[in-house]
Amino acid sequence: MSDQTQLHIDGQLVRVKAGSSVAAALRVVDGKGAARTSVTGQPRAPFCGMGVCQECRVQIDGRRRLACQTVCAEGMRVETTA
Amino acid sequence: MSGVAFDTCDVLVVGAGPAGMAAAVAAAPSGASVVVIDDNPAPGGQIWRDGPGASLPPVARQWREALARHANIRVRSGTRVVAAPASHELLLEDADGAMRMRWTKLILCTGARELLLPFPGWTLPGVTGAGGLQALIKAGLPVEGERIVIAGSGPLLLAAAATAIAAGAQVLRIAEQASFASVAAFGASLVRWPGKALQALTLADARYRTASRVLSAQGTAQVESVRLRQGDREVEMACDRIACGFGLTPNTQLGQLLGCALAGQAITVDALQATSVAGIYAAGECTGFGGSERALVQGTIAGHAAVGEVAKARTHDRERARWNAFAAQLHRRFALADDLSALPRPDTLVCRCEDVPFSALSACTGWTDAKLHRRCGMGACQGRVCGDAAQFLFGWTPPAPRPPLVPVRIETLAGLATPGDARQ
Repeated sequence: MSDQTQLHIDGQLVRVKAGSSVAAALRVVDGKGAARTSVTGQPRAPFCGMGVCQECRVQIDGRRRLACQTVCAEGMRVETTA
Repeated sequence: MSGVAFDTCDVLVVGAGPAGMAAAVAAAPSGASVVVIDDNPAPGGQIWRDGPGASLPPVARQWREALARHANIRVRSGTRVVAAPASHELLLEDADGAMRMRWTKLILCTGARELLLPFPGWTLPGVTGAGGLQALIKAGLPVEGERIVIAGSGPLLLAAAATAIAAGAQVLRIAEQASFASVAAFGASLVRWPGKALQALTLADARYRTASRVLSAQGTAQVESVRLRQGDREVEMACDRIACGFGLTPNTQLGQLLGCALAGQAITVDALQATSVAGIYAAGECTGFGGSERALVQGTIAGHAAVGEVAKARTHDRERARWNAFAAQLHRRFALADDLSALPRPDTLVCRCEDVPFSALSACTGWTDAKLHRRCGMGACQGRVCGDAAQFLFGWTPPAPRPPLVPVRIETLAGLATPGDARQ
């Protein structure tokens, strides 16, 4: 098994350590890893890290999931703008 | 067809942290069919979270191996509890689908979440919980070279700092809100728990300050600096990340939904870890926070009790009393100072999901008023963050949980209305 996983975040190819969460991968693409935009348009990023705050919700392969509780899989497609 | 699968077990354990692992391992030798469900990708809970940035302690590996050794324990990771569609049944969801799980005995080991208090700038990317930062690093968040400030309360701040430093971050400050006298008294009390004293020594850090508060985070698109109050002086530090946690709040939503009585914020249990509802037990942080050792012994007692082995359960009474006393020390010495409720400014958002500012809430008469008229707690986290904050800031009773307990897919909700099921 490779020690790296490749996935797409907003169309960009990202390489992370195998077993990383999607929340960790977001950080690799964009500053502090913004996941969503708040109802008044502010950028938000993973906050609680343990599945409570819902700030890290993203579309993963077409389904809304929490980035902090999803492990990166090869070829996964993550959208933060959906 | 609803597309919802059905399954049954004798003992259902919710949560695969120390309490849940111990409960399952204690129940298994009876031959009962045991199912453990957990919403994280692997067993271990928050304290023994695995990942590319984690180094699991040997005790965590031993418990995981014990869990795997019993053929009658099935572990379902990445699975959330959605609702209780009928008596002795829970509706579950994982990445692939939904399932109704029928149980004879239920053991709640739902753990705790961090108490996250609002301060100006707390919604900026780069601000996380303290335990949150630790969890994210273990899950592979790269923090090498980052300048990090950690603030809040409790021993978790030191543990988070140690994790960040080991991952190559530069921890600039660890700001504990409790007084020096209180922290010193806690340290002195550790003579009764030598293992904890040793742990405290390994975590000791020169950047630790008592009687300190986070005042605000500054930045435009992300964190650029933090303002702290240390004693009676204020400092501003340039930094890349701020991690703030103010202790823990028991996760009682599922227990409340099932009708389990609470005492304060925790699920009430008796000497056998039984809740007020027949057939339902609770162990670990959902019965009040107190660390992994307390969770392990409570889980062991609950596991034995759930399969009717009362005598075995009672052999752990003294050990539980010892760790309950430790928990009492934690609560007493790291009690939150009242002035932390003065941190938000009028425009500081309290509800992060619906962007509700402090000024909109200060005139509300209670949680229901805030919810109905200001949409506070109506967003995706369903009041788990702002409800705890509002309880601290305004003394409001936290929101009563309603199903679904978590945001779910529409297909899963079909599991609530299976034909032939008349209950609820």
